[in-house]
Formats: sequence, structure tokens, C-alpha cells
Amino acid sequence: MRLPMIVAAVLSMLTPAMADWQATLQAARGQTVYWNAWGGDARTNAFITWVGQETERLYGVKVEQVKLTDTAEAVTRVLSEKSAGQDQNGSVDLIWINGPNFESMKSQGMLHGPFVADLPNSRYLDLSPSSPASVDFTVPVDGYEAPWRLAKFVFVYDSARVRTLPTNMAGFADWAQAHPGRLTHPAPSNFMGATFLKQALIELAPDPRVLREPVDDASFETATAPLWDWYDALRPNLWRGGETFPENESIQQQLLNDSEVDIAISFDPASAAAAIEQGLLPETARVFVPVGGTIGNMSFVAIPYNAAHREGAMVVANFLLEPSTQARQQDVTVLGSFSVLDPAKLDAEGVAAFAALPSSPALPALADLGPTLLEPHGSWMTRLTEEWARRYTK
Amino acid sequence: MRPRGRALRLFVQIVVMSGLVLPILLGLWETTRAGFGVLPALGAYEFSLEPWRRLLDMPGFATSLRLTLVTGFGSTVLALLLAVGFCAAVHGRVGPQGGARMLAPFLAAPHAAIAIGMVFLIAPSGWIARLISPWATGWTTPPDIGTVNDPYGAALILGLLIKEVPFLLLLILSALAQLPVHKHLAAARALGYGRGIAWIKVIMPQIYPMIRLPIFVVLAFSLSVVDMAIILGPSNPPTLAVAVTRWFGAPNVGMILPASAGALLQAMIVGMGVALWLLAERVAIRIGRWWVRRGGRGLSSEPGLRAASAAVVILMMLGAMAGMALVLWSFAWRWPYPQALPSTWTFDSWMTPSLGWGAAATNSLTIGLVSTLLSIVLAIAWLEGEDSAPRRGRALWATAVIYMPLLVPQIGFLYGLNVTFLRAGISGGMPAVIWAQALFVFPYVMLALSDPWRALDRRFVNTAAALGASPLRRLYAVKLPVLLRPLLTAAAIGFSVSVAQYLPTLFMGAGRVATLTTEAVTLSSGSDRRVVGVYAALQAALPFVAYAVAIVLPAIVYRNRRDLLGEHAP
Repeated sequence: MRLPMIVAAVLSMLTPAMADWQATLQAARGQTVYWNAWGGDARTNAFITWVGQETERLYGVKVEQVKLTDTAEAVTRVLSEKSAGQDQNGSVDLIWINGPNFESMKSQGMLHGPFVADLPNSRYLDLSPSSPASVDFTVPVDGYEAPWRLAKFVFVYDSARVRTLPTNMAGFADWAQAHPGRLTHPAPSNFMGATFLKQALIELAPDPRVLREPVDDASFETATAPLWDWYDALRPNLWRGGETFPENESIQQQLLNDSEVDIAISFDPASAAAAIEQGLLPETARVFVPVGGTIGNMSFVAIPYNAAHREGAMVVANFLLEPSTQARQQDVTVLGSFSVLDPAKLDAEGVAAFAALPSSPALPALADLGPTLLEPHGSWMTRLTEEWARRYTK
Repeated sequence: MRPRGRALRLFVQIVVMSGLVLPILLGLWETTRAGFGVLPALGAYEFSLEPWRRLLDMPGFATSLRLTLVTGFGSTVLALLLAVGFCAAVHGRVGPQGGARMLAPFLAAPHAAIAIGMVFLIAPSGWIARLISPWATGWTTPPDIGTVNDPYGAALILGLLIKEVPFLLLLILSALAQLPVHKHLAAARALGYGRGIAWIKVIMPQIYPMIRLPIFVVLAFSLSVVDMAIILGPSNPPTLAVAVTRWFGAPNVGMILPASAGALLQAMIVGMGVALWLLAERVAIRIGRWWVRRGGRGLSSEPGLRAASAAVVILMMLGAMAGMALVLWSFAWRWPYPQALPSTWTFDSWMTPSLGWGAAATNSLTIGLVSTLLSIVLAIAWLEGEDSAPRRGRALWATAVIYMPLLVPQIGFLYGLNVTFLRAGISGGMPAVIWAQALFVFPYVMLALSDPWRALDRRFVNTAAALGASPLRRLYAVKLPVLLRPLLTAAAIGFSVSVAQYLPTLFMGAGRVATLTTEAVTLSSGSDRRVVGVYAALQAALPFVAYAVAIVLPAIVYRNRRDLLGEHAP
């Protein structure tokens, strides 16, 4: 008597969600998801191709990667469609997205959601309010984007050529003075270039706590004053005299590979190991981080409000959160990108999948990477890049 | 006969107007609205000058503007001087057919491929530096000098020259075929003029009117080029066209308003650039007259001409080496500085299907073939219509209509055009891309086909008519076969223009239509030069094959028709 009641109660709680997901799977079958993702990295592209093969095999959902030079292209595309009143059947189904683009799309009502809680695999995520999966550049995610891969800011150098390394961001100015023309950073109009400045800002700001709040004139003035002093000392000793900058971190990695500079940057701790594997960096490339730790965040996927294949996109977003997918993604011979799942929530099978991954001398242990610093509020990045452009773009 | 001609003309004009001119005007209209603050999707409904104010306040705006003017005018003037100097120095030694064959690879190679190859060639860690380091230079690590992406735009000018000088040379060569060059030169030589200066004082003034329009095309292109400027040009700030493209794609969608204002400014710059050029022509004519009448025999100018032709040869060598570097990279596994050749080789880049070059090449091929075919058919219809017109020649308005897509900067109307296409529900697919590319293929096809078509000996057609052949039969049985070679050349040019298109493919394809060019430019912002090498090499190879077909096919078809081959062909 009691048992059926419990079963009925449990079912009444579970069934709607599961039935919804069944309906989603059904609707998704046969769809082709146009996944708009930055296409400058061949391994990521190959991984996305693999995801498409798997989702087609398992759920009948094909994935077509739309390779972007810049994620903002996809934002513009959705906006053009919105301009033209095309509120359905949009050309973008899924976007690999980051802070400012997410904030822009979310505030313009250009995203579908909230949908993350509907994904069965969201049970492996730590979705507590202040966790990295719930806050993207201090903007609340609110279920409008699903995490995909973990990013943590690191520096890459060639250990065959470089003997001494800066230990903190302030030390970069001295290091550049001792090695003029051997250091650069991506242009701050690029996300990674801005991150380089933010990393320094967190370390140099008199009171880093103000960075958690939206920026205002007074706080910006006080917080960034030491940063500009530091940068004015650093810039003349940068590559090309700080007059020009690589477009993004990939170009900078190529400069490192060409011996034009000694240090590259990455948002992926495994990138050096991955690049060696691909022949894109010398075998002697290694990773280092400043002692105080570095900025970390998660990469997400979001679904535009007018996506033609919304259900398919949700199936892909869910597949990305499978423990086996995340383990494969962390495999340095595949992609080498750290998992977004909460290790505490994994089952035995999931734990084993991660334990079985291969290692590499260029792959840092999680412990070597130091503490993870939180991203400043998104408004700081905009303000910082604008101020940088005002000061140094003549 | 007359009514048929009129119906054909009317039909072609309607097709060109609605298919080519109207979309551009609509696109410009949308861009203009956004440039003056009207973009309903962003909740902006009021006319305002705010976008312009924001544009002017953009950091580095003045530098961007200056860079655009310097690289645009600089490369056009230099290209013209070098092309003229080269012709003056080597005329008579290279025939038009041989010249065309020699120039074909440079005309065929898309701007992006040349740019990608050049970056690797001339960078401080590039191939040239690797060939001479460290044994000759002592550079164990690459020197910190800005040979690419330099703040002056010199690398960009160099890259543009590699494409533009051959283009102008080809035009001069084909214009020469229409003049009694030998007679004029013999007379000038008899009067004691130097070999080179005789060419400049006697032949050049006759050639210039014939290549004037293409010079405007070169000027408009150089002032608004995007793909080559992204790869070779300065980045902080970039040229105006690149800056505007970036603003269109900025995370803050509100940037579309100042970006539209910038796109309009870009269109105005081209307009003013052409006007300025016309003004400079007036001055040059004055000076030229005085100079010609002064009667100097110009024997002392020979070294200058020789320097110009040496510069042209160096340019072509750089272009060829850039192409070779791309191919080498596509077979490299590791190629560290300062080794002159890759240290480990591989076929991986060509063998990995997931890199997707197969699909991109198929797209490029399909779009190129269809847009070229459409443009050729339209061009034939237009020219045939002109033939049956009561008055010979082309009205000024018709010339303006045909070449408008080449003179209005792409960035000026592509955003607006995309919005228009979206409203019509045709954006984001192959048809939209083919259409958008045909906008640019058609003018080049017309540019290549008009003169040979008009030069066709009327007596062939008259004889056919006298024998009772209908107009249609005269077209397919007489005109088209006789014009096979120029038709194929025009098709090859059209095809290579299509393969090279970057912005139209990007905007109209909603990024879904991946071609060799869009992939090559995208990947050039990544870290794997080996894959870029595959794409860029393929991107250069496709048009090259088209040119080869245009040269070889007539030779096979007319192997037993001597006068339809080679130099005697119209």
C-alpha cells in the first residue's frame, strides 16, 4: 500500500521532467544543429565534428560547425535576423559564447531559456549561486547558457630558451626590461588581451573587492591607477615597442613557435601539451602561472531565441555534459580542456573515466595552477579595453 | 530585327537593374539609415548624427583614416608607375599572349592567399630571414622589426602591389593590341627619342584612356580592401575598412550604428578618391603637355625605367616565393626558426578529412562555376543587345551601372544588403552567396569581354546575315566560336574573382557557406600555419586551373584553325 504511493509520488515528481526530455529527444531527431563556434583551433573543430558523429549515432542529431573568426559574428547574425523580424527559423542554433557576448545577447532578449535545468546531465554540475557554472563574468547565468569547458589563464614559455620567469604580474615589467621585445599580449580588443590586463588589474588594484561591483568613474580611477603606471613601464619593452599586438592568443602562440617572442598566453592549462602533440610548439614548451593564482571561468553554449533547431541544440548541450564526453575532452591527446563537472557529484564510472586519462610533462597538475581568481564584473572589461584604446591607440 | 534587339536590351537591362543595382541601392539605404541612427531592432527610431559623433570619437579614427588614404592612393599610384615603367622598358620583347600567360598565376591567386604567403615570407621570422640566418645575419632569434603589420602600412602596400601591378600590366598589354604601336614608336625613335621615353611620351597617352576605368577599380579596391588588410596591415589601429568590419562584429551590438556611419564614410572616401584622381589627371595633363613639348629625348631616364622593371620582377619573385612558402608549409610537421626548410615533413594536413578542406573546395568550385556561368550569359546578352542597338557604343549610365559594384565599397552595402536578403527570406544559403558574388563577377566579366567583343570583325556577322542566318544563329555559329578565347579568359577572370570573395560570402552566407577563402582567412587567425597552407594553396590552385583551361582549351579546339589561335585572334 505504502510503496505504490511512494512510487506514485516519486513518479509525479520525476515524470514531467523526464517526459519533457523524451519529447525534446523526439523533436530533436533528424535535426541539424548549426553550432556557431570560433574556428581558429583545429583540435576544437575536430572535437566538435566528433560530438556531431556521436549525437547523430545516439540521438539522430547532426552537428554542423559554423566556424567563426570572432564569436561576435554570431551575435550580429542573430541581431540582423531580429532586425528583419525573423523570430523563428533563425540560422544560429547553438553558440560557444563568453561573458560580454552573453551579457549582450541576454540583455537584448536574444537567448532561449532558461533551459539548463531541463538538461538531465545538469545533475553533475555545481549550480550553487556563486559557482563558476552559475556566474559568467559576474553576470548571473540564470539557466540561459550551459557550461562546456573550463578555462584558466596560464602563461606558456619555451623552457629551452627562457631561464628566468616573472613570479607575479608586477614582475613582468622587470622581466620585459631585461628581455626587451620578447614579450607581448593579444590586442585588448580581443578577449585574451583584455584578460591579460584584468589579470594584472586584480593583482595591482589597491582594493580588488571593488572589481566585483559594476564599475563607476571613481572606482575605475582608483583601481586602475597602479595598472596604468605598471603598463606605461612595461609597454616600451614589449614586442614591436608595444605599437602593435597579435590579433589573438593563437597568433601569439605562433609567434612563440617562430621564436619571435618568449611567452604566450592561454586560457587552457593543457594548451601547451596539446600544441606539442600537434607539432605547433617545441617539445620544451611548459606552462607557468603567477604565484597569486590566475583568472578562471567557464566557457558556455547558448541557444538563440529564434533558433530553428532548439531541441537538437539542447540535446547537444546535454551531450557535452556527459561525464564520458567531459573526460574525452580533458584527454590531452584529444582536446586537453579541463572538465566543468563537479568531481563530488560524479559516480564511480565517471571518476574512473577521468582517472584513466594520459599525462604529459607539459601538462600541469591541478595543484600547480594555484588559486582561481574570479572574473571582475563585466563592465570592468568594457571600461578597461576602452580606456586602453583611448590611451594607446593613436 | 530591330524589335527583337530592343526586347533583348530591355530584358537584360531589367535583369541587371533588379539583380545588381537594386540590391546595392537597398543595401546602401539600410546602411545609411543605420548610419543616421535608425535601426528599429535596437530600438533606435530617431534620425540623429550621434553615430557620426561616436565614429569621430573612436580611438585611432584619424590614424585609420590616414592609413586608408596612404595605402589606397600609395599602392594605386605606385602600381601604375611600376606598370608603365615596366612596359616602357620591356615593350616589344613580350607579346600579349606570352605576357598574359606569365601574369596568369598572379591574377589567379586570391588576395588572401598572397597575403598569407607574404606574411610568412617577409616576417622577421619568415622564410627570407630563415634563408639568411643565422650565418649571414647573426639572428639566432628573429629581430624585433615590424616588417609585417607595420604601423605605416608598407607591408599592405607591398601585398597590394603584387596583385595590382600584374592586373594593370595585363590591361596595358591588351590595350596595346588595339594601337599601331610599332609605327608610332618607329617615328619617335627616328626623331631621336630614347627607347623607353618614346613609349611613355607617345604610347602611354593613347593607352591611358583605355585603362582609366580599371584604374578607378584598383583605387576603389585598395581604399576599401579588408581581407588583405587584416592579414598584412597594421592592427592598432587598422585601416578604416578593417575597423568598420570589426565594429560591425563587436560584442556591443550598438556599435552597428557608428559602424554604419563608418561604412558610409568609406563609400564617400572612394567617391572623393576618384574625384581627386580626376583632378590630379588635369594637373598631370598640364605638366605632361609641357614635358612633351619641351622635347627632351629622355635618354637619361633609362636607369629609372630599368629600376621600375627590376622592382616589378622583384614583386613577382616575392609573389612566387609566397606561393611556394604556402605549399611548403602545407607539407611541414615542424619548421622551427631559423631552419631554411621544414625539419619534419608530413602529408597529414592534406590527409585529414575532418579539417574540411574538401567541403570548402567543393563550395568554392560550385559557387564559382554558377556565378561565372550566370555572369557570362548575362554579359553575352548585354553585348548582343548593344550590337543590335541603333547607336554603337555604351551610354555613360550603362557603364556606371555595370561597374557600380566595383566602385562602391563592399562594406558600405553588405550589412544593409544582408538585412534586405533576410527580409526576403533568402539569406544564409548558397543562392544568396552566388547572387552576392555575381554582383562582383559580372563587372569583371564585362571588363574582360567588352573590348574583344567590339573588336570582332563585323564582316563575319554581315556575311552570315547575307547568307540568311538568323540573329541567334549568327550568335552561336559565328560570334561565340570566334570569341571563344576571350570568352574563356573572361570566365577564368570571373571564376577567380568569385573564388577570392571574402566579405560577400561571410555576410550573405551567414557564415554557413564555408569557402576556401573564408576558411583561409579564419584559420589565418589561428595558430596552425600548416592547415592555412592547405587552404591558401587550394585557393590559389582553383583559379589557376581555370586560367590554364582558358589557355589550353582554345588551342585544342582550334588546333586546325590557325587564325583563331594566338596573336591573330580578335
